[in-house]
Amino acid sequence: MDIQGWTFLLVGLSFALYIGIAIWARAGTTKEFYVAGGGVPAVANGMATAADWMSAASFISMAGLISFMGYDGGVYLMGWTGGYVLLALCLAPYLRKFGKFTVPDFIGDRYYSQTARTVAVICAIFVSFTYVAGQMRGVGVVFSRFLEVDIVTGVILGMCVVFFYAVLGGMKGITYTQVAQYCVLIFAYLVPAVFISMLMTGNPVPQLGFGDTLADGSGAYLLDKLDGLSTELGFTEYTSGNKSMIDVFFITFALMVGTAGLPHVIVRFFTVPNVADARRSAGWALVFIAILYTTAPAVASFARVNMIGTINGADGQGVVHAEAPNWISNWQKTGLIAWEDKNGDGRMFYSGDERNEMQIDRDIMVLANPEIANLPAWVIALVAAGGVAAALSTSAGLLLVISTSISHDLLKRNLMPNITDKQELLYARIAAACGISVAAYLGIHPPGFVAQVVAFAFGLAASSFFPVIILGIFHKRMNKEGAIAGMLTGIVFTASYIIYFKFINPAANTPDNWWFGISPEGIGTLGMIFNFLAALGVQKMTGEAPDHIKDLVESLRYPKGSGEAQGH
Amino acid sequence: MSFQTDEHAKAYWKENLRLLLILLVIWFVVSFGFGILLVEPLNAIKLFGFKLGFWFAQQGSIYVFVVLIFVYVKKMKALDRKYNVHEDQD
Repeated sequence: MDIQGWTFLLVGLSFALYIGIAIWARAGTTKEFYVAGGGVPAVANGMATAADWMSAASFISMAGLISFMGYDGGVYLMGWTGGYVLLALCLAPYLRKFGKFTVPDFIGDRYYSQTARTVAVICAIFVSFTYVAGQMRGVGVVFSRFLEVDIVTGVILGMCVVFFYAVLGGMKGITYTQVAQYCVLIFAYLVPAVFISMLMTGNPVPQLGFGDTLADGSGAYLLDKLDGLSTELGFTEYTSGNKSMIDVFFITFALMVGTAGLPHVIVRFFTVPNVADARRSAGWALVFIAILYTTAPAVASFARVNMIGTINGADGQGVVHAEAPNWISNWQKTGLIAWEDKNGDGRMFYSGDERNEMQIDRDIMVLANPEIANLPAWVIALVAAGGVAAALSTSAGLLLVISTSISHDLLKRNLMPNITDKQELLYARIAAACGISVAAYLGIHPPGFVAQVVAFAFGLAASSFFPVIILGIFHKRMNKEGAIAGMLTGIVFTASYIIYFKFINPAANTPDNWWFGISPEGIGTLGMIFNFLAALGVQKMTGEAPDHIKDLVESLRYPKGSGEAQGH
Repeated sequence: MSFQTDEHAKAYWKENLRLLLILLVIWFVVSFGFGILLVEPLNAIKLFGFKLGFWFAQQGSIYVFVVLIFVYVKKMKALDRKYNVHEDQD
């Protein structure tokens, strides 16, 4: 069977599995729709959280980014895993004890204020939308490359599947579907990585393989060879990177805190039976995430060595284009690889200086990697199925946050307090349908800045939610005035900085113009600090939170009597 | 109030915060310390084919993170039992 045949088979089988689970786990009540009745075991919840968190960006783009960034790629690895530690230690157990469905619910009740709740709902919807648009695009790209349909058909196909199980199944359906998706995506990620690690270093464990010696008999370490190649070709050393230390620091911090503040990840911890399980869930989630995240840098360096080798040739003189391997011409058709024979010798050459003749899109590295290493067709198809699983699981989780925010936080708690359970569920499904239509539209007509938008989502989550949730738990006296002032300060500051450098004046987006050398990707950290300062300052001036709120905070601090998640 | 006395409640929270502080210091040291601020001196040390600073940024910090969460789970379980505020199930 050829690549396309295998792709149809594997993607088709995985879809049948997801839809089967969605039907089996259909939600009957609002509670099941929102939090799966609180009855999901910690290990399963950990896997689902991992699938929820690892989006098309983690699966498809991250290794490619690291491959081109070298050491600097560590910001994503440390940022996205380190955020889980904050989540597990400082947020998850307390929010589970609080026992409501959503982040805006917590903020609204803890700060006894509809205004605070509304600000939180708007932040949640905005963060989720920016995220989901990129996911739909990811599904479209994978489909259009491997099924050879155009991208519109690809996005619409993906949209139908997400709609089907998110809207019918709700959280319970999603949780078990995501467990299946995790298994598919991790298998799809590890199989080619192990194959390539064996081929290149003879070590079957990719995490160890990229620190091992090459299998070509030279006895040189892989990373040493990569550093040598990089400097020879006019790049900075692979293990050193380009960014300034302060920027690496701030970006890592923003990603960490942003992770901990993402509403679709936090909501996961409401689905476990009790506080002890919420703690365990976060641990398991990180185990499952770490399997992919420690493999990614290995894949990145293998891909880099392989790619330079196949383009520049073993002698470093460049390979004649007419004799180039298939993957180069395949990806040239999609426009994601381009070759321009500048010196007219008919040979390709890749480098970081004026000799360079290749344009290579970073996003193709994971998808092209098995082809570069000449792996069998079914492995390539498996990677496609994994990419689709990653994109679908994240979009479904985000859609649920959008629909919950609208039906529960906005309608039930704000505008229409008298609607019944059944009506609320109906509104949730309508909201999900509208949400997915908007997301699909954005996926088909991307605003041209999907990558920037992701940085935006993290910066906003870091600068808006994280400080007020932390203060809500650890600072009993914090009052509503402080919280609202903090959220507004953080989000307005961060959004203005990003909008200025990314959209209004992109020409000025250079380290010389940045404040203290902090790029827009890392500015969420400063926004977060301003949020804390504004909240504490305003609280000092406006007095303490009322006594019944202090009692509420007191009761969050120990697990006894957690019970099931309460809705109303 | 589920604690026997106010003093118990205060002591429980204090022990909880102490544990958090210790774990967060380790969290900061392995990632921001070894992976970013001290990356250059550590890169002079080699562990097999890895420069140590680079290894912490791309591998080591993640392994430590996983261990930190499970240590937290275990310690908190013991703390909940000590002050008798654990949930019934386990």
